[in-house]
Amino acid sequence: MRADLDIIQDWIPSGSRVLDLGCGDGELLAWLRDHKQVSGYGLEIDADNIAECLHKGINVIEQDLDQGLSNFASNSFDVVVMTQALQAVQYPDRLLEEMLRIGRQCIITFPNFGHWRCRWDLLRRGQMPVSEFLPYTWYNTPNIHFCTFLDFEELCHQRQVRVLDRLAVDRLHRHNWASRIWPNLLGEIGIYRVSGPSPLQPPARTE
Amino acid sequence: MPSVFAEDSVGLVSPQTEQFLEPLQLACGRSLANYQLVYETYGQLNATGSNAVLICHALSGHHHAAGYHSVDERKPGWWDSCIGPGKPIDTRKFFVVSLNNLGGCNGSTGPSSLNPETGKPYGADFPMMTVEDWVHSQALLAERLGIGQWAAVVGGSLGGMQALQWTISYPERVRHCLAIACAPKLSAQNIAFNEVARQAILSDPDFHGGHFQERGVIPKRGLILARMVGHITYLSDDAMGEKFGRDLKSDKLNYDFHSVEFQVESYLRYQGEEFSGRFDANTYLLMTKALDYFDPAASQGGDLAKALAPAQADFCVMSFTTDWRFSPARSRELVDALMAADKNVSYLEIDAPQGHDAFLIPIPRYLQAFNAYMQRISV
Repeated sequence: MRADLDIIQDWIPSGSRVLDLGCGDGELLAWLRDHKQVSGYGLEIDADNIAECLHKGINVIEQDLDQGLSNFASNSFDVVVMTQALQAVQYPDRLLEEMLRIGRQCIITFPNFGHWRCRWDLLRRGQMPVSEFLPYTWYNTPNIHFCTFLDFEELCHQRQVRVLDRLAVDRLHRHNWASRIWPNLLGEIGIYRVSGPSPLQPPARTE
Repeated sequence: MPSVFAEDSVGLVSPQTEQFLEPLQLACGRSLANYQLVYETYGQLNATGSNAVLICHALSGHHHAAGYHSVDERKPGWWDSCIGPGKPIDTRKFFVVSLNNLGGCNGSTGPSSLNPETGKPYGADFPMMTVEDWVHSQALLAERLGIGQWAAVVGGSLGGMQALQWTISYPERVRHCLAIACAPKLSAQNIAFNEVARQAILSDPDFHGGHFQERGVIPKRGLILARMVGHITYLSDDAMGEKFGRDLKSDKLNYDFHSVEFQVESYLRYQGEEFSGRFDANTYLLMTKALDYFDPAASQGGDLAKALAPAQADFCVMSFTTDWRFSPARSRELVDALMAADKNVSYLEIDAPQGHDAFLIPIPRYLQAFNAYMQRISV
């Protein structure tokens, strides 16, 4: 399994109802179904990914995140997951609020624009960073809302979103000493577990 | 001898007939004392009877969904693009049953059949049919064929409504429901189009209160008009623009009302003419009413999720972007209700310029998804 999904699955309690925003080929939902009796739906817009989800027997719904999530009832899912899509949506703040309305908890992963490589590119070359990990140039990138860990946490603070867990990892999703010491400089991907402002019992951790 | 049919065709098929002598109680309060159902099958029923797929037809459809009735038949069955060896409904894997619904005009008992009480054609005396009635009769046919549970019930448009109704009426007898270019109920605009079509038929002087058959005539003009208005709604603006634009039949305008000037007029007249020769006016009235009446949520105070609560099937819902008769928004209503009811459902909105008719057309992405879904069904 993709390394970030391996970290995320550990945060999802057995038997929960999960909504996966931008579910890709359904890898996470298929794994959760087979190993943790998780039910749920994945939203996706890529035709090949959707066909792959159908093939895997994953409930996939063709729905564009930029069209909002108003078709989902409040508190209708235990966990809402969104991996590597926050930076690509039109209104990340509204989507975050919607996710928190629909799910008791949300798990969000996104690339950290405060990573030293991004900072170095800007400082040294004075140009938007382009790398193997973020291979697009500024005019053709789907990533229209880059942020740093600090930016994201500031948004959470403003909107009274509680950060329950966070993990900074490198591009191979290794949680190493560097990203532990100085996450906003040395972590490449952030994995956050958040909930709304109301006090919430931490979910029972499964092994 | 080399086969004249393509390798992915079910080839030559012949309709079969099943007689039912037990009365069928109908939603309208009346009953049919006895009746017959005409159907076709493709593929082989396996030993456990677990590979059966039911095809439900739409407004003007019938039992002949795939293959050819003779080597001379010009066109194959109406859903031949999706049924056959290697096609989405793969006849190497599935045993496919496709019937003509009651009230139809292709062999199953309907308004043009003889009324045993009078010895004359039923005509307007044929009882009104609903989607629930059709599903009931399909369930009786399934019992005759030894099919305790369908691997899948599949339909487009009005056929999709039947597939949905199956999951509500007989939840334990359907494992998968595929509702394509469908809606959980018609909108006011949709009912309005149906009403125009009905009025075209009812106001034709040759309609004779529905007893035209006894007089040896058909309300041809009414049927033509009904089909013309229907056909406009099955195509998208883009599809019509692409196909006909403002092209003229001749190179100049005639400045009169009786000539066929624009290509689109010629096309609609041809479609209407062809249809009036093969379709019964009373059946058309009845089918449009069945469409109008379908609303499974009505008995649950409009709560579609509650209406779908008994369903045990997994669902696959597909819509087409330019379909304005059964628009994607209507399919999304259905999908939202299924998710609210915690059912397994997948939904695809296929980008296609052909409008409502797209569900009959072999659009690559549609076939890819259809295929992927059908392949995962275990038999």
